[in-house]
Amino acid sequence: MLGLNKRDFSLLLIVAVLALGAPFILNPFPTDSAMAQFNAGYPDLMQRFAIYGIFAIGFNILFGLTGYLSFGHAAFLGVGSYSAVWMFKLLSMNVIPAILLSVIVAGLFALLIGFISLRRSGIYFAILTLAFAQMSFNLAYSVLTPITNGETGLQLTLDDPRILGVSRTADGSIPVTNLFGMEMREFSTLNVGHWSFDFSVGYYVCAVLMLLSFYIAIRIFRSPFGMMLRAIKSNNTRMTYTGLNARPYALAAFVISGMYAGLAGGLLASMDPLAGAERMQWTASGEVVLMTILGGAGTLIGPVLGAGFIKYFENIFSKINDSVLHSWFSFMPDGIENLLVTLVHPFVGKGWHLTLGLLFMLVVIFLPGGLVEGGQRIARLFRRKKPDDAKKSTQSTPAE
Amino acid sequence: MGILEVKNVNKRFGGLQALGDVNLSVAENSVHAIIGPNGAGKSTLLNVLIGKLIPDTGSVMFQGQSVLGRKPYEINQMGISRVFQTPEIFGDLTVLENMMIPIFAKRDGVFRMHALESSHNENEIIDQAEAMLEDLNLQDQRHMHSASMSRGNKRRLEIGMCLAQTPKLLLLDEPTAGMARADTNNTIDLLKQIKDERDITIAIIEHDMHVVFSLAERITVLAQGSPLVEDTPENIKGHPKVREAYLGETAA
Amino acid sequence: MDAIILQILNGLDKGSAYALIALGLTLIFGTLGVVNFAHGALFMIGAFCAVTLSRILNLSYETIDPNKTDFLGNPAKVKTTYVEDWLGPDMGGAIIDWAVPLAILFSIPVMVAIGFVMERGLIKHFYKRPHADQILVTFGLAIVLQEIIKYFYGANPIPTGAPDVFRGSFDFGVMLGFDPNAIIYPYWRLVYFAFAAVIIGGVFAFLQFTTFGMVVRAGMADRETVQLLGINIDKRFTIMFGIAAAVAGLAGVMYAPINSPNYHMGMDFLVLSFVVVVVGGMGSLPGAVLAGFLLGVLESFASMNEIKSILPGIDQIIIYLVAIIILLTRPRGLMGRKGVMEE
Repeated sequence: MLGLNKRDFSLLLIVAVLALGAPFILNPFPTDSAMAQFNAGYPDLMQRFAIYGIFAIGFNILFGLTGYLSFGHAAFLGVGSYSAVWMFKLLSMNVIPAILLSVIVAGLFALLIGFISLRRSGIYFAILTLAFAQMSFNLAYSVLTPITNGETGLQLTLDDPRILGVSRTADGSIPVTNLFGMEMREFSTLNVGHWSFDFSVGYYVCAVLMLLSFYIAIRIFRSPFGMMLRAIKSNNTRMTYTGLNARPYALAAFVISGMYAGLAGGLLASMDPLAGAERMQWTASGEVVLMTILGGAGTLIGPVLGAGFIKYFENIFSKINDSVLHSWFSFMPDGIENLLVTLVHPFVGKGWHLTLGLLFMLVVIFLPGGLVEGGQRIARLFRRKKPDDAKKSTQSTPAE
Repeated sequence: MGILEVKNVNKRFGGLQALGDVNLSVAENSVHAIIGPNGAGKSTLLNVLIGKLIPDTGSVMFQGQSVLGRKPYEINQMGISRVFQTPEIFGDLTVLENMMIPIFAKRDGVFRMHALESSHNENEIIDQAEAMLEDLNLQDQRHMHSASMSRGNKRRLEIGMCLAQTPKLLLLDEPTAGMARADTNNTIDLLKQIKDERDITIAIIEHDMHVVFSLAERITVLAQGSPLVEDTPENIKGHPKVREAYLGETAA
Repeated sequence: MDAIILQILNGLDKGSAYALIALGLTLIFGTLGVVNFAHGALFMIGAFCAVTLSRILNLSYETIDPNKTDFLGNPAKVKTTYVEDWLGPDMGGAIIDWAVPLAILFSIPVMVAIGFVMERGLIKHFYKRPHADQILVTFGLAIVLQEIIKYFYGANPIPTGAPDVFRGSFDFGVMLGFDPNAIIYPYWRLVYFAFAAVIIGGVFAFLQFTTFGMVVRAGMADRETVQLLGINIDKRFTIMFGIAAAVAGLAGVMYAPINSPNYHMGMDFLVLSFVVVVVGGMGSLPGAVLAGFLLGVLESFASMNEIKSILPGIDQIIIYLVAIIILLTRPRGLMGRKGVMEE
């Protein structure tokens, strides 16, 4: 189906069901229950799941397949955002031209940076990409202010030309981003008993594009091109002595992953039409590295899982404060309750980065394959009882 | 006129004359061994042959074209395949994929953007790869990660990957170094079979005399960067100069 | 002319910090072959050693002074630090005033201990793993370390003063025959530069003139051979890691008065220090020091208005630009050895 084998197609199908059903799946708790704070099914967060999923899927095409560790991918995300906002300012509030431009501009930018950076490999490549991204970030803050609006960030104004649209709406406000008239921020709420589910136009635009990105990533992984990329990672020497030029392969992967980042940046701007330089900072590049590795670099589903995991924790874990903790542990005697709250406190709320850092270290040390490898190990534990299945699973691992 | 012609090659590293006036002609469809004690300049010569080192003077011509200063992939596309001292294979890939890559390279050249095709649909390439694995007796392991193969099988796979491209010249750099006796004999048998069945020229740089004398048709002895003698194995065996050059080494 | 001298001086203190961090990074890379992304965090922890000591010294108790009243007319509460109480106001006050220099003594054992724990507990297991894994695990560690500091000290910068004697500035201009106030330079920055010079000199002397240093240098050049000689190089490398951590920590301690410590200062410096290491040449100690000062001074020149007016924004990107050019034209860096991390 769709040029995929059965396994890959079922994977795509699962992801599609999860993505399209996300408003239900992520809101499992009734709105008035104590657990409602763990609901992630609100449009803003779901959009970020999908957008950062795209970012990580793209990063994985470079890092997961070729092994080139870029510490500057946020630059492409930022460039994508700026391009999209400019399209909203100059052309129209329709997201299609904005997204197209962000993908193209990010791709060209990646072509330039990749062409230079790929002259080196290993840590030197990482430093080169880092240097380029930091340069872009610093320039966006300073000299490029006419294009980027410096520290304030690029925003829409009432006197933007918007050739194919209107500068201001009838009631004198800034028009909103839309897809042929469907506004991105529009959503309808479905109430079922105590549950409530939000269906947002913006989220579904992101989800569909995420599925498309995921599908293309599967195709790339399974293509001869993908095989060549894995060959670069595995043994560059043999690659070149086999008559293959590794540089254009790596560059193509770099540009593709830059375009994915541009798409993510364009979508971020489409959901909320502003773009700031901090999106290009190296910590943002670090974040996509964390997502990809946490989920499982080089696997198909890993980056999506990693992105979802980190964004969920960033938004939900960080909301757990002391009073929430007290309510959890309230069934215990006071002394123990306070002790537990004190022990847990540093890891939640504002301290969630600490948890993330620890988790990341644990993954790198014990689970280099990320969450996906973790899942496989657990699955293997259960399967060990049936030796036939175990044999099958080891046989199929090489094909991922 | 041989398929590979080395003329007046000199290479100095600082004060050290690594290669001095090397002249060498490898005849088409022959097995030519280059031997010599440690430090005789074998590795330097090999690096010159594959274009990695550019000599101070002299020329290296393959089928009338110079190889000097060319990139490894260009040299490969000219028809030279190289086998390394420690097997260089794609360890993270399956054995079958290892075998498919050189066939892709032969069909598609140095780069092709076939990002949306499926490698499962490349039936012709898969068939060729499977046939090659069959020849090598590796078909049972085709879904294994190549890193988990035995050393001898890694060597077989590497040689097979080179052959899959039907090169005109196969360069081997101490192909049995660090191998157990059984694996060495296995490799010798494989190379003999290749020599008998295919139109191919083999140049082999080797330390192990057992390997050299079981395979070579012509032998060049290098000593201190220059060719000492070039002759048939029978004549080399009894050659006084060779004994002298080697005695120094064996005594040490 | 005076402007040029001023820029050179301005570049020296930042350059000193770059040089010290890069020196530690290079020691770790050269001896252990590990790319340590947590090195900036060690610098940051050093700065917080200064904060901690100054807080400890300022621990105080309150008494009610019947002779004084606050603005409401109630008897005033007076804070007295324990140090002043025990040692008398003069001695105690002086000790509190000198908290930052005293933190040097306090930080050395702390940093060495942290270094040992890091190396034995974590880094050791990554010697044989690829550089990408080393970068990733130390990157994770850096996040953890900075979050721990943030938890205890909050997210805001904590001003930490230099001793009173070093507050104020030195008028260099007069000394060199320029107009007064042409070149003024804060005393503490001079102290920092001198301090950095002493540490760098100390590390080099240690490597050059002690048997320990000789073995370590040999180990940097050829690890396997040294191991064959039966020398326990691993133990020495652990000590080396402790020393590198201490150097980073000391650089941080003394930097506290220049830039109020905050939890992310380590990351800010790390990126630049890595660039410094690469520009100097991976694995070259003199290269790291030279590149540190060079880039510090270059950065300060680029921020001159005369230069900015010709090349706008150059001050923001000069270091990265230099790094990119050097990496592309001379991947070995200024003084790197051949074959280190080259592919």
